[in-house]
Amino acid sequence: MYGNTSLTEEEAKRLNLTEEDPIKLAEFEDRITRGEKIEPGDWMPKEYRKQLLRMIEQHAHSEIVGALPEGTWITRAPNFRRKLALIAKVQDEIGHGQLLYSAAETLGKTREQMLEDLLNGKSKYSNVFNYPALTWADVAVIGFLVDGAAIVNQVINSKGSYGPYCRALERICYEESFHLKQGHDNVVYLATGTKHQRAILQDAINRWYRPLLHFFGPPDRNSQHSEKLMKWKVKLASNDDMRNQFLDQYVPKIWELDLTFPDPNLKKNDDGIWEFSDPDWDEFKRVINGGGPCNAERLEVRKYAEEAGRWVRNALMSKNEKYVMPMA
Amino acid sequence: MNNEGLKDLLYKMADDALIIGHRNSEWTGIGPMLEEDLAFSSMAQDKIGHAQALYKILHEILGEEDPDKIAFLREEKKFKCCHFTELPIGEYDFSLVRHFLFDHAEALRYEMLAQSSFQPIVLLAKKIKGEIKYHTMHSDSFLKQLGTGNEESHARMQSALNYAFPFALGIFEKSEFENEIIADGIFAGEEELKKRWLEKIATIIAAATLKLPHVDESKIAYGGRKGFHSEYLKPLLDEMCEVVRTDPEAEW
Repeated sequence: MYGNTSLTEEEAKRLNLTEEDPIKLAEFEDRITRGEKIEPGDWMPKEYRKQLLRMIEQHAHSEIVGALPEGTWITRAPNFRRKLALIAKVQDEIGHGQLLYSAAETLGKTREQMLEDLLNGKSKYSNVFNYPALTWADVAVIGFLVDGAAIVNQVINSKGSYGPYCRALERICYEESFHLKQGHDNVVYLATGTKHQRAILQDAINRWYRPLLHFFGPPDRNSQHSEKLMKWKVKLASNDDMRNQFLDQYVPKIWELDLTFPDPNLKKNDDGIWEFSDPDWDEFKRVINGGGPCNAERLEVRKYAEEAGRWVRNALMSKNEKYVMPMA
Repeated sequence: MNNEGLKDLLYKMADDALIIGHRNSEWTGIGPMLEEDLAFSSMAQDKIGHAQALYKILHEILGEEDPDKIAFLREEKKFKCCHFTELPIGEYDFSLVRHFLFDHAEALRYEMLAQSSFQPIVLLAKKIKGEIKYHTMHSDSFLKQLGTGNEESHARMQSALNYAFPFALGIFEKSEFENEIIADGIFAGEEELKKRWLEKIATIIAAATLKLPHVDESKIAYGGRKGFHSEYLKPLLDEMCEVVRTDPEAEW
């Protein structure tokens, strides 16, 4: 999901990550089959390390970039209750970033390197944050539906095989469940409010519909299935399965409020599978590759933070201190 | 008890807290490191919470409008915050120095208010004191580290302090009811607060190897307490009220 750039078989081969000691590999796979967690000091295949690092790093970036579209509404929130909830919520997202960078660091890459790769474009973040939050109703829709989609993904991933990532996700999911409540509460207030409030809410839902379908990544028929990733419990559900679970949980909640999605073909079939119109996967690719409405703006803000804050970090850093990889 | 004086005091404290809270919240997402985003964001929540609690006293005990109306629908000239809180966040050096100077004044103000003859503020002051302790702990630790960090950070801290100090002194602008609230035992007064503050910050500033600048009385940024504000407050309030003004009667 997050940027959807998992390591392909060819890439792994090119990077020389596939050759492993068969005995160690078999032991490693047995541990995962038994449901054991892999911890930072444990032996792990190079490809597993690389894949997880990429995934956790992208997830961390998604948290801190994801704080930006909502963050701009903190100063405009319409009353004390919403304002305090929104600051706390956005603060949580930054905190999730901090937690995830630490989890990723256990695989051997520093936070500084990760942030550098975010800025130079080597490392991606979730596509959904390349869209603008145009009105207050966007805050409600992000809090309810984007966070709802993230929870579907994160709950599934928290059952994965890498200990530090699972533990970070468990805590994140716990906090996210509160975000979802504030998002839902906000959506309900707007949906049951004045004409103006309903209108901005419907407009926001219309704009976020496609990015939400894109959120889980391309359809399974177009994405390379990696049995290996499933076997290693790096990936635990297919994109289509997660998307279907999301639609199943959230579409009825929006319909209940007498609101609509801008898709006449959206419906649940008898077999429990949701059907929807093609959400334009070319646009998805375009946005991932930098062509979305806010890609440049998001990175500009991060660049500002990095550059304007460098003197602070330099002054706090003692010259004799050495980097030590955290162990949990 | 002088109600007008009491209201004036609560309004200026609440407005200071709301506006500095607004400014602190602007750091969420752009701090020099994630830990500082989190710190400024936490302090913003505390300050905005303090503002709300003070407006609540004004509403429930002193008959003013409800907190959301007071904060989000009042005109600029009715605000009583000092200019210091209104200034934009600037770079981290200024925001940190403002946080240091402002929060020490707050900490001492609430310490004094814990002795007030007005009971509702005593209870609140005791609670808030405990929170602000962490704000000053944070500001002191960073001021010392950056004041003594390297040549650049030292220079930045000193120049931020030079710039901020005349504004900080504006915190202690006296109200027209100053003598009455002192006589009623509500608050020991701005002059006393300023004296304690200068003593308190002097040792920390020295430990950070910085120097307090000399400020001419004529350079002190007064006016806020009487409704005369810097050019930065109006745009801040416009932004703060942008959503609610699209439909002021709606429930948000």
